Amino acid sequence: MDESRRQLLIATTAVGTAGAVALAVPFVASFAPSERAKAAGAPVEADISKLPPGEMMVVEWRGKPVWILHRTPEMLATLEKIRDKLADPDSEKSEQPPYAKNIHRSIKPEYLIVEGICTHLGCSPTAKFQPGEASGLGAEWLGGYLCPCHGTLFDLAGRVFKNMPAPANLPVPPHKYLSETKILIGEDKA
Amino acid sequence: MTQKTGLLQWIDERFPWTSTIEAHLTRYYAPKNLNFWYFFGSLALLVFVIQIVTGIFLAMNYKPDGTLNAAGVPVAFASVEYIMREVPGGWFIRYMHSTGASAFFIVVYLHMFRGLLYGSYRKPRELIWIIGVLIFLCLMAEAFMGYLLPWGQMSYWGAQVIINLVSAIPVVGPDLAVFVRGDYVISDATLNRFFALHVVAIPLVLLMLIAAHIIALHEVGSNNPDGIEIKKKKDASGKPLDGIPFHPYYTVKDMVGVAGFFIIFFAIVFFAPEFGGYFLEANNFIPADPLKTPPHIAPVWYFTPFYSILRAVTYPLFGIDAKFWGVVAMFAAVLIIAFLPWLDRSPVKSIRYKGPIYKVALTLFVIAFLVLGYLGMLEPTPLRTLVAQICSVIYFAFFLLMPWYSKIDPCQPEPERVTWK
Repeated sequence: MDESRRQLLIATTAVGTAGAVALAVPFVASFAPSERAKAAGAPVEADISKLPPGEMMVVEWRGKPVWILHRTPEMLATLEKIRDKLADPDSEKSEQPPYAKNIHRSIKPEYLIVEGICTHLGCSPTAKFQPGEASGLGAEWLGGYLCPCHGTLFDLAGRVFKNMPAPANLPVPPHKYLSETKILIGEDKA
Repeated sequence: MTQKTGLLQWIDERFPWTSTIEAHLTRYYAPKNLNFWYFFGSLALLVFVIQIVTGIFLAMNYKPDGTLNAAGVPVAFASVEYIMREVPGGWFIRYMHSTGASAFFIVVYLHMFRGLLYGSYRKPRELIWIIGVLIFLCLMAEAFMGYLLPWGQMSYWGAQVIINLVSAIPVVGPDLAVFVRGDYVISDATLNRFFALHVVAIPLVLLMLIAAHIIALHEVGSNNPDGIEIKKKKDASGKPLDGIPFHPYYTVKDMVGVAGFFIIFFAIVFFAPEFGGYFLEANNFIPADPLKTPPHIAPVWYFTPFYSILRAVTYPLFGIDAKFWGVVAMFAAVLIIAFLPWLDRSPVKSIRYKGPIYKVALTLFVIAFLVLGYLGMLEPTPLRTLVAQICSVIYFAFFLLMPWYSKIDPCQPEPERVTWK
């Protein structure tokens, strides 16, 4: 066996393999989000002046539904009552800006702003605001959301119930009030 | 090889035409006792051709575009409606393609079941079996990506749920999901890459795997319902005593299978293309809406057994979410099939000579598989989840306990020569 030829063979193979791997990099990299997709996350404005108490509106931000729920005093009263049934009542393991890490998970108690995307597998839960038997979720139901895909329940602050497929509360997006009736979603810096 | 004259001789001196035809058709000796179950290999090939041909024609009018048109409908969704309503014969081509997808899985599931019946995965056919499992995986990827293209509600939310499964992988999961989508949500970028993979990349891989599957089969020869090797008994010329040339014997037999298949296939295409919501789901007639999930989402029927296994895992392990283990279980359920050649320790191949234990195990396995498939179409309730868990255990037990039960199973002796009536 000619050692020097064998080494040349090994070196050629190594260089060729390295070249093939290097060539694959730009192709694999093209799978990452494009510059346009990255730039598409611009903040959106929502006008809440026409949102009556007890009702919810949906705005689209980064292609995702963001819910704005105008909670009534009765709805707010439920938040403390169901504490024991929740997996993360104080939002310790959930995603939200510091100003929404409170029991009502919002800046103003009456307005809840959350991403309407289940933390399990990304379906959008359905509003089940009606309490009691009429909701189809039992007499003890106080109002909240039901994810149609795998049955996760959330309360009226987007907090997940115990022993549900979803691991965390619904995320609260960064947001701020531009005025009494205008909310900017996607940005919270002054 | 037969010596040809004229044009064929000219070709044979330059290209192995006659020798290839002889090796794979006219002098490929298949056992003479192949029965009904042996229709499904050639039928799978037929459906593959149907999908390729109809797919080419669909691609001429389909637009993989997730943006909204002037009427506020996604362009992709509108182009499918256009094919259905305005392209001459477009409905026929599309219904052949959509029915073909379901037909592909029916035929392939029966083809795989044949392997379980007659031990077609056993030595020396291990590689044929492994290549077959890879074909099955590619087929699942192909079907999943194809289902996004009509850009209906079920396309969108089905893909959303399945891609989010990736995000269950610890550490790299969330970034990987973004990488697969090419965006932070399912979007136009996702639709375009799925289209490219569905029409070019995966069909190419499938084609190569199918070629490898057949080449490997023709190297070792077909198994048969008796599970004995016909190559062990040859005549003076080296031809197996129990073998008959594939062409014309089995080409003619397969034509009967094709006729039977087409009667059912076209009955569905013409009279029940949606097949009661199983082949084309009702929610997919609504354009994709990223803001609203339909009240009931379920995968298409051919994925439901594996989807049920995924949902059946509800316990976190080693500090990792249950959903991650669900994903692991789902993939394990497919990949474990590839290990069958080494799990089966029975002295015989065919169920004809296997003992009662295997017959019971296979029956339980088929029942569990069907129940899982049924449950996967329904919303989960605590009772259904429990049933799915029991069936998942049976599914895996069929494979994992096989080294033991196949060994102690009282088998009958195999015959010397194949049996037929």
